[in-house]
Amino acid sequence: MPDRKKKERLPVNLSVNLGGIALNNPVTVASGTFGYGHEYEEFVDLDRLGAVIVKGTTLEPRCGNPPPRIVETPGGMLNAIGLENPGVEVFINEHLPYLQQKGATIIVNIAGNTVEDYAALAGILDGEEGIAGLEVNISCPNVEKGGLQFGTDPEMVKEVVAGIKESTKLPVIVKLSPNVTDIVSIAKAAVTAGADALSLINTVLGMAIDVEGRRPVLANIFGGLSGPAIKPIAVRMVYQVAREVDVPILGMGGIMSHLDALEFILAGATAISIGTGNFVKPDIAQQVIRDLENYLEEHGIMNINELIGAAIQ
Amino acid sequence: MRKVEQALIIRHREIVPRYFELEFIAPDIARDALPGQFVHIRVTKSLDPLLRRPFGIYNVEKKIGSVTVFYKVVGRGTKILSDFHTAETLDVLGPLGRPFSIPPNLRRAVLVGGGVGIAPLVYLARVLCERKVEVMVLLGGSTSGFLVGRDILKRMGIDHMVSTDDGSEGLRGRVTELLEKIIDRKRFDYIYSCGPEPMMARVTEIAQEYGIDGELSLEEHMACGIGACLGCAKEVVRDGRRSFAKVCTDGPVFKIGEVVFRA
Repeated sequence: MPDRKKKERLPVNLSVNLGGIALNNPVTVASGTFGYGHEYEEFVDLDRLGAVIVKGTTLEPRCGNPPPRIVETPGGMLNAIGLENPGVEVFINEHLPYLQQKGATIIVNIAGNTVEDYAALAGILDGEEGIAGLEVNISCPNVEKGGLQFGTDPEMVKEVVAGIKESTKLPVIVKLSPNVTDIVSIAKAAVTAGADALSLINTVLGMAIDVEGRRPVLANIFGGLSGPAIKPIAVRMVYQVAREVDVPILGMGGIMSHLDALEFILAGATAISIGTGNFVKPDIAQQVIRDLENYLEEHGIMNINELIGAAIQ
Repeated sequence: MRKVEQALIIRHREIVPRYFELEFIAPDIARDALPGQFVHIRVTKSLDPLLRRPFGIYNVEKKIGSVTVFYKVVGRGTKILSDFHTAETLDVLGPLGRPFSIPPNLRRAVLVGGGVGIAPLVYLARVLCERKVEVMVLLGGSTSGFLVGRDILKRMGIDHMVSTDDGSEGLRGRVTELLEKIIDRKRFDYIYSCGPEPMMARVTEIAQEYGIDGELSLEEHMACGIGACLGCAKEVVRDGRRSFAKVCTDGPVFKIGEVVFRA
């Protein structure tokens, strides 16, 4: 074999640390948009992703909201799934082994009705092997109890987060709702209570009306807006929070390309999640990782950590 | 295996106003596609409209690796799609969903379709005929020109009967009335159906009345198409228990009697 001249490649470092969770790269897939990983089997190598954040998991199974559950809107979509999931026991027995076997960095998103639910979930998952961290959903707009109501009151946020921290040694990421007047005060409350990282933003509460039928399109009336339409809101909130807190941020909201990802990173996010983008391009996460790598090489940036918060004035 | 392919359009024509036949080259999808499955198409490279659109597979030519879909322009997405030309490419994900099953001892099948819902039944009819199953296709449409798939069935020599709302061709009335007229003497052992929900609700009643098993193919708005978003929920009854099924991966084909139809 003739000696093939290898193209000189600088070793670009994409690895980041998200509040104690070591990620190979900053690109994760958002809870509720990636199922339990196997749904994307043919499109993504799970061990190549920064992390897989699995579907919101509750203590007991939930059947979710009646249809219609989704509606497309300009540059985005509204959803009101209602946390449909088989419960933590089924997750552990049926879905976790697959993710472990594929070598994924696994973050489990948890949701509950009460402070005790969250603590109990954290305790159950604490004993399971192969889980890198928890993401706490205190901001789901589509369920009657818990969810959003926890995420909008700083005192409730503290109580929920403190309860979880007492029940687990796993790193805890608290997912914040954009549906608040002052996201910084909520972020600070979560950090005071021991959050190791924050993720933002969850979906933006929205609504669509069926004009001919003269009624809401979604059976749940309201839904969470996601997709490119919410990106500027998300970038703004990441920026605001990054200036005021010291824990790392997992940024998300409408990311469809590596340039979108870089916006979040420059605004102060340590890592990012791709959500609705997975629905449009099932292989998008891996593509964004490749494009980020190329971007850094082309710009002579050795370590992605150099860019985190670089746009903060 | 599910794939994303950049598919070259080789034929795209408006058969009657607002009804289009679209054929594209997607060899991997064509190789694996089974009747009842669907493809999920991006109608723009931009981010608006954002989501893919699902289309039932109307025909497959394995030799040339082409897939054909048949659709009606109903909204913004299908309007944009209808402006694509031959030689342009489309981003197509597929084949997706649970296909129709073909029971091993199946001898006589009746296929009942209404409107564009006939599309997936045409591909099914072809495959059933290749497997030497005796097939009768019942087509329902608003008027004579709007009988989806009739030309292709004629060409393939597949038995079919028609009904039209205005009586311009075949039986005047509903395709389910046609089914009731012939079901007694034909001794079908399986019913397949796809079309508007009230039609499939009636097919379900008739099937249950005559004790004939079968399958229905549903249509639903969906985001991912691969079982992740849980957006395309449909109420079903399985083992006596009500639950939500995903039309994209638990369906789009369901057993007759499983689907809960609401008036």
